[in-house]
Amino acid sequence: MKKSRLITRRQAITTGVAALGALIVPSCSQPMPPTYGNILRMGDALTYRAHRALLPGQSLAKEYRLNDISSFPATGTINPADSSKAYFSAAYDKLERTDFNDWELSVAGNVARPMKFTLGHLKQFAARTQITRHTCEEGWTAIAQWTGLPLGTLLEHVGILPSARFVNFYSYDGWEDSIDIFDAFHPQTILAYGMNGKNLPIPHGAPLRLRVEKQIGYKSMKYLQRIVVSETYLDAGDTGWAWYVGI
Amino acid sequence: MKAHKTIAAGNIRHKPWVKASHWIVTLGFLLLVFSGIEILMVHPRLYWGEVGNELTPALVEFPISRNYQRSDWEMEVPFYETKNSPVSAGRNHDDLMFNQNGWGRSLHFLAAWCLVVSGFSYLLLGVFSGHFRYHIWPKLKELAPHRLWQDLKDHFKMKIAPPTGGPNYGILQKLAYFAIIFIALPLAVITGFAMSPAITAGYPILLKIFGGFQSARTIHFFTSLALEIFLMIHILMIVMSGFKQQIRFMTIGKPK
Repeated sequence: MKKSRLITRRQAITTGVAALGALIVPSCSQPMPPTYGNILRMGDALTYRAHRALLPGQSLAKEYRLNDISSFPATGTINPADSSKAYFSAAYDKLERTDFNDWELSVAGNVARPMKFTLGHLKQFAARTQITRHTCEEGWTAIAQWTGLPLGTLLEHVGILPSARFVNFYSYDGWEDSIDIFDAFHPQTILAYGMNGKNLPIPHGAPLRLRVEKQIGYKSMKYLQRIVVSETYLDAGDTGWAWYVGI
Repeated sequence: MKAHKTIAAGNIRHKPWVKASHWIVTLGFLLLVFSGIEILMVHPRLYWGEVGNELTPALVEFPISRNYQRSDWEMEVPFYETKNSPVSAGRNHDDLMFNQNGWGRSLHFLAAWCLVVSGFSYLLLGVFSGHFRYHIWPKLKELAPHRLWQDLKDHFKMKIAPPTGGPNYGILQKLAYFAIIFIALPLAVITGFAMSPAITAGYPILLKIFGGFQSARTIHFFTSLALEIFLMIHILMIVMSGFKQQIRFMTIGKPK
């Protein structure tokens, strides 16, 4: 009876522990977003580590055809110039009045050359156009065509320093969030100024929004104001929402 | 081999790893159902294909939260000048939406880790220990129509066998466990993977198999419904068979 067993309990437990260890150890040298001692955040941190350790490198999210483009709800902030809303931004209101001609994106932090970019300047970089699926955390999806410059192009242009680990984003509606360098240099991670062949409409984040195609919709921040490259995770406190949502 | 068969024929008990994985999977499953219902309440609509949102028609809608048939939208703006152009519309009063997905989804995934890790260990142990071969996989003679028919009649008459203390299962019981272990639970996990932007980027075949994100979501829902129906029948059978004894056998393992 004993001899016919191919795996003993002890072997099974040892293998299991070793496998879990293999998931955790390689990423220990990398800074991890804080979990605030929250057991739910720890589960998300485990997912983050597992995705980084097990999923094939920089594979592309599925891209669709023109006639797959669908209707697209605009949710969350739909106009930061709306003075009746808590997210109202006087600065944004002013920019919108001049059709974003005075809008500038500041890029700073762990970069060799901190800079400000006008929309015209950003449009001079080689653009990428992609038709991708937006996956909202609520459960709905929509397909649209996005045009913009890869975030990686911009980061290389300002001379990202070797100490950089995270890219932090600040938007006009008060939202702050960050992604890691791995997602920042993904070819489909773009700063989009165009949607479905036109300028990005205000409800969808004019004049510039982020597209992070390998995570859920709320990481694709709208109404970008500034970018700060950092070696640390942007600590906005425990917002209640998972930081990594590659899911 | 011979020794094993003689034991299998007798009154063998549930293995400790079977008991452990049974209860870990149970806990994980209950948490998944609880958080899954919360997640569905935020968007109580199902679709087929890749795309589905409040501006496109739904396959089915559930009146399970205040988000049901919510219609507070700004005017629709077409993207193109063509007829039947897809549209955009802003959602008014986002703050009035029911949305507890912050903890809901994180709990869903914590529970999913529980289920996937213990479920995967269970599958490996089940294959290599012979548990599946001897106790779950139906034998050819058991599948004879008259035996199936007899077991079915017994179940309808509520003639449920008393606990044997271990995995000496009837044919319908074997078929039910087989469907849960090898079809329903794996399908729930794989359709879950098919809803992950990061995993489908690595393995786009997941989207192909199910015909898109929303199809996978819909199958995920109906699979969980099937699992919930199984759980209810399972509990009913345990009660009919002798609840206290069955629980003892699945925990401390000793009859009273």
